[in-house]
Amino acid sequence: MDFKEKVLQVIAEVCEDDVVKEEHDLDIFEAGLLDSFATVELLVQFEEQLGINVPITEFDRDTWNTPNAITDRLNELK
Amino acid sequence: MTPYSSFLFFIILGILLLPTMILGTMGKPLRYYNVFVSIVVLAMIFSGGGEGFYSLVIFTILQLVLIKGYISYRQTKNSSLVFYLMSLLSILPLILSKILPFLAVDNWASFLGISYLTFRAVQIIIETRDGLIKQQLSIYQLVNFMLFYPTISSGPIDRFRRFQKDEEKRWTPDEYKELLYKGINKIFLGFLYKFIIGYAINSYFIMNLDYIADGRVSYHLLYMYSYSLYLFFDFAGYTLFAVGVSYIMGIRSPENFNKPFISRNIKDFWNRWHMSLSFWFRDYVFMRFVFLMKKKKWIQNKMLVSNLGYILLFLLMGVWHGLAIQYIVYGAYHALMMTAFNFFENWNKKHKRWPTGKFMTVVSIVITFHVVCFGFYLFSGRPFQ
Repeated sequence: MDFKEKVLQVIAEVCEDDVVKEEHDLDIFEAGLLDSFATVELLVQFEEQLGINVPITEFDRDTWNTPNAITDRLNELK
Repeated sequence: MTPYSSFLFFIILGILLLPTMILGTMGKPLRYYNVFVSIVVLAMIFSGGGEGFYSLVIFTILQLVLIKGYISYRQTKNSSLVFYLMSLLSILPLILSKILPFLAVDNWASFLGISYLTFRAVQIIIETRDGLIKQQLSIYQLVNFMLFYPTISSGPIDRFRRFQKDEEKRWTPDEYKELLYKGINKIFLGFLYKFIIGYAINSYFIMNLDYIADGRVSYHLLYMYSYSLYLFFDFAGYTLFAVGVSYIMGIRSPENFNKPFISRNIKDFWNRWHMSLSFWFRDYVFMRFVFLMKKKKWIQNKMLVSNLGYILLFLLMGVWHGLAIQYIVYGAYHALMMTAFNFFENWNKKHKRWPTGKFMTVVSIVITFHVVCFGFYLFSGRPFQ
């Protein structure tokens, strides 16, 4: 599994919806798939499953809003 | 002089900002002249005597020492204890200002805007801890951010890194004209909200409620709804001034309101009402609390973690407004509403009993509106008099 697939898998698990694997430009906050509680879950999973530490204050909803954007940001932090 | 309270303030501000507007439309940097405007306006605001000028100065120096000290410390070490200690010291003046009135001594710690300034300072310490602020910050950068006069008295609460981007940006003439247009537009909308609608609700309706209402129940019901509307128009009007003036100075301060009275549920409401405050609590209290619980695996139950997070957030928010019964009850009420909604949302996810569709959206909005208004009724303090 390449990096992007792994990221999408984590997002899908946390959102409890596989739509994020199909629609990579879907705004997950506007779609109501992620709230602040699930966001924290996502950050914990990134750390546990991918070994990437994303500080809560780094996670800005304007720039971490779609599966594509999240993958890009994680690539920067890798 | 309280900011935005009189037309004199606006007239002086308009004259002071005229050179900013000319510089901006010519594409020149605004920051140097803006420093001059800031000093004059701050002097105007704090020279009245009742606003706590000396406390403000001591507060600012304390925060500067804490922030600069912590950034240097964080460049080499990262102990949790030091972080919590620094955060505590940073909010200590705010705690003092809330407690001192109860000790029947002079409230020397307080000054206009202390609640809002504290949040701006603590936020820098938290982002330093998270490794997002690595370079030492200059005194100019810090003072300019913390004492940014358009938002000094009641927010909105900006974020340092966002503020800094705008502050360093050199707007092109076209970009600045757009900002100026939006800024002036906001200020005039603010006049409509605060000085016309808000003023009218208060002086023609709320002040005359004794004659309008026919009985205790109708009095309190009418008070509840009219106060809620008054609170919105008054505060949203103030915010429009603060954001509008920020825009003219080239800073896009965040918004505070996004049509709060069409919220579909209480969670939605807190994404629309006093947003810069609720997002501050969300990012720096709720999410950090949940993260800590999950990482340390102290509490496994998801519902329990999120509910405890909400209770912590809203009780803190209540106390932050002031150590008075109405604010504590207001916080507890919203904590209760959020946890109740949390249970409902979770239940509905499984059973899907709440129908969707336009009609039910309207029903949800109406229910939320009444729930929210009751919250403002508590907030007003009227039921406790």
